[in-house]
Amino acid sequence: MKHLVFAAGFLSAATIAVAETPELTVYTYDSFVSDWGPGPQVEEAFEAQCNCDLKLVGIEDGAALLARMKLEGAGSDADVVLGLDTNLIVAAKETGLFAEHGQTPELDLPIGWSDSVFLPYDWGYFAFVHNADAEAPTNFKALAESDKKIVIQDPRSSTPGLGLLMWVKTAYGDEAPAIWEGLADNVVTVTKGWSEAYGLFLEGEADMVLSYTTSPAYHLIAEEDPSKAAAAFDEGHYMQVEVAAKLAGSDQPELADQFLAFMLSDTFQGIIPTTNWMYPAVTPEGGLPEGFETLVTPEKSLLLSPEEAAAARDAALDEWLTALSQ
Amino acid sequence: MADRAQPVSATPGKIVATVVATIIFGALVAVALRAETGRGLGAPDWAALRFTVLQATLSAFFSVALAIPVARALARRRFKGRRLLIALLGAPFILPVIVAVLGLIAVFGRAGWVSEFLALFGLPPVQIYGLHGVVLAHVFFNLPLATRLILQGWQEIPGERFRLAAQLGVDGWAMVRLIELPMLMRVVPSILAVIFAICLTSFAVALTLGGGPKATTIELAIYQAFRFDFDLGRAALLSVVQLALTIAAGALALWLAKGDGFGTGLDRHVRRWDGQAALARYGDGTVITLAAGFLLLPMLAMALNGLPTLLDLPPQVFSAALTSILVASVSTLLLLTMALPMTAAIAQGRGGVLELAGILGLAASPLVIGTGLFILIRPWGNPLTWALPVTALVNAITVLPFALRVLVPRARDVVARQGRLALSLDMQGWPFLRHVLLPRLKPQIGFAAGLAAALSMGDLGVITLFADPDVATLPLQVYRLMGAYRMDTAAGAALLLLLLSFGAFWILDRGGRAHVEA
Repeated sequence: MKHLVFAAGFLSAATIAVAETPELTVYTYDSFVSDWGPGPQVEEAFEAQCNCDLKLVGIEDGAALLARMKLEGAGSDADVVLGLDTNLIVAAKETGLFAEHGQTPELDLPIGWSDSVFLPYDWGYFAFVHNADAEAPTNFKALAESDKKIVIQDPRSSTPGLGLLMWVKTAYGDEAPAIWEGLADNVVTVTKGWSEAYGLFLEGEADMVLSYTTSPAYHLIAEEDPSKAAAAFDEGHYMQVEVAAKLAGSDQPELADQFLAFMLSDTFQGIIPTTNWMYPAVTPEGGLPEGFETLVTPEKSLLLSPEEAAAARDAALDEWLTALSQ
Repeated sequence: MADRAQPVSATPGKIVATVVATIIFGALVAVALRAETGRGLGAPDWAALRFTVLQATLSAFFSVALAIPVARALARRRFKGRRLLIALLGAPFILPVIVAVLGLIAVFGRAGWVSEFLALFGLPPVQIYGLHGVVLAHVFFNLPLATRLILQGWQEIPGERFRLAAQLGVDGWAMVRLIELPMLMRVVPSILAVIFAICLTSFAVALTLGGGPKATTIELAIYQAFRFDFDLGRAALLSVVQLALTIAAGALALWLAKGDGFGTGLDRHVRRWDGQAALARYGDGTVITLAAGFLLLPMLAMALNGLPTLLDLPPQVFSAALTSILVASVSTLLLLTMALPMTAAIAQGRGGVLELAGILGLAASPLVIGTGLFILIRPWGNPLTWALPVTALVNAITVLPFALRVLVPRARDVVARQGRLALSLDMQGWPFLRHVLLPRLKPQIGFAAGLAAALSMGDLGVITLFADPDVATLPLQVYRLMGAYRMDTAAGAALLLLLLSFGAFWILDRGGRAHVEA
């Protein structure tokens, strides 16, 4: 059917019939909408209760999502944006495109949450994933001293890469440049995004890859393969908190509110762990899926406030570039 | 120029060239006009520029330097499986970057076949990351293209030349000096420029195999300007730098490539009598074997990776494959609609500006073009609806430079040989095209169409900017699978993509191969 629409598009600017049911447009990142992500289940569950048509639009990753919002500005078709993280919140708020959510949710995050615009829907800890049978260093200094080879992502093109910058910065502050200099000879290579890095790690190109503490859960649950583990670092693990907000210019504000509430409901939260492979923001009634109890639980959760993260960003990038360009 | 009688009108070609240039510059201007901030180019941008030029220069040089002996060996030898080999050698060029990179790494990586082999002798693993890794990957991608283009140069030497040379007992160095070198001087500069331009916009390869931020290219700087700083002004500025570099390289190549063809031949098949000595035979055999090993082993690695899941792929992968086939078909038709009038126009004149317009497609950053088109389309249509047509169009524009490289030299010869005769017979316009030009361009049209279909099939480019969740192309689906940790399934889907790209190339290039074989 889509092919027919496509073919028609070449002959005339095909006008697609206006839907009778209201339509809610949610911009998110690409892996959310993929057939293996949460998208299809979320769409089915929400449409069953909203009497509307939920349209999920996938746009690469969190950073691209924000760029798209800035590009479209106030005229955006989006009613809700889902998939930014705390490192992007300040820049997102500066656009003035987002509206307050007005909710007082009970969240199960390791940190407090009081943002009046952005609501978290899932979170995870960044971590270096390695083969379970290999010894793993227990902090950045030990990693720098070891001969372990790591693959990381470029902070300029990916959100995990930016997360790692923030992790080192939060854990070490002014010492961060020295840590990066120590790590320089451990870095096999830097990739554009998460997929490339994880692919290289699975090919055996590195001992460890920057990913999440929840990554081994995928291998364990979906592939029944217990061979992957995440290294626990004693200086703590930086968190990625993924958030959503509604647009001030939405033409479906009630539906957008309904979606944000649904996002924190048991149904949505129950879908997250085994599709997005992150921790749900509200633990579902049935608890976490079997296998999650085997994951590494950091003793310390690190997270900069959105304002601190925005302020630290450029300097941290410069330190990183300087250390790794030598 | 205009006052000289022409067998076909140059106007359609000029219109197409204008349209292509308008789309590219229009997109660029659209991005620049949306810029609010702008801090200009900083020191890191100039470092990126230097690295970009360095790696592109090295990549172009090594690709072409290695392609010359390979093409020469293939031009002189006839053996079983030659057709298949020539077609297979084209495959790396059409793969999505990440898939090919993983294939290369399976062979040359720290845990790859070569390293494992070295370990048998207690030697350390190969170090693929660094500038040499970038160049290695670019040679892997571009050696096949350079080989095919140079091989074409050899095929276009009239058969009578070789016959005459054989009668005069010309062989060895004399052959090189009298026939081969002049041909190479004519075709090599423009091939160098094309490959230089392709490598200019490299980004994921350079980053992944470059080993770190040292390997920052202009394209990554554009990416950063967009995604990290949302500095559209800087993105547009960097894009202009990239375009300027390509135009300069293109202009230089066109200027160097001026020179005469080989005059009139009788359209006979080319037969070779030279290079039959044992040394030449073994030399050629070694060159062909090495090239085949270098190009085919990474593909074999990918095939071995993907085979276990190939028959077990989820239905979404097959629907994405259908989408890709559709996009590739439309893209191929669009390409021919653009390339043929431009070829006809260029072949009859000096064509400099027209050829430059054709080369622009290489320099345009997909990110900037995609974003520009997005800005332009949005006011009057939903960009999502236009995802696939725009992808097909942009793919066609990016293949245009290759198509012109393939079509123009042959078309020039045809016009030079037959143009005056046709005019004296009052044969112009459509009859000239139908009876003279198009039949003689058949193999080149096949090759160009094959390239267009295959490149379009494997391209990720603009689709990611417009993507509608329900209409993924196959390369996008490969990325989605990887993003969902399903690396095994992704390997299977990548193999399917390889087979489809290769299949499309094989079917459309049949005419081209027949020519090469003859």
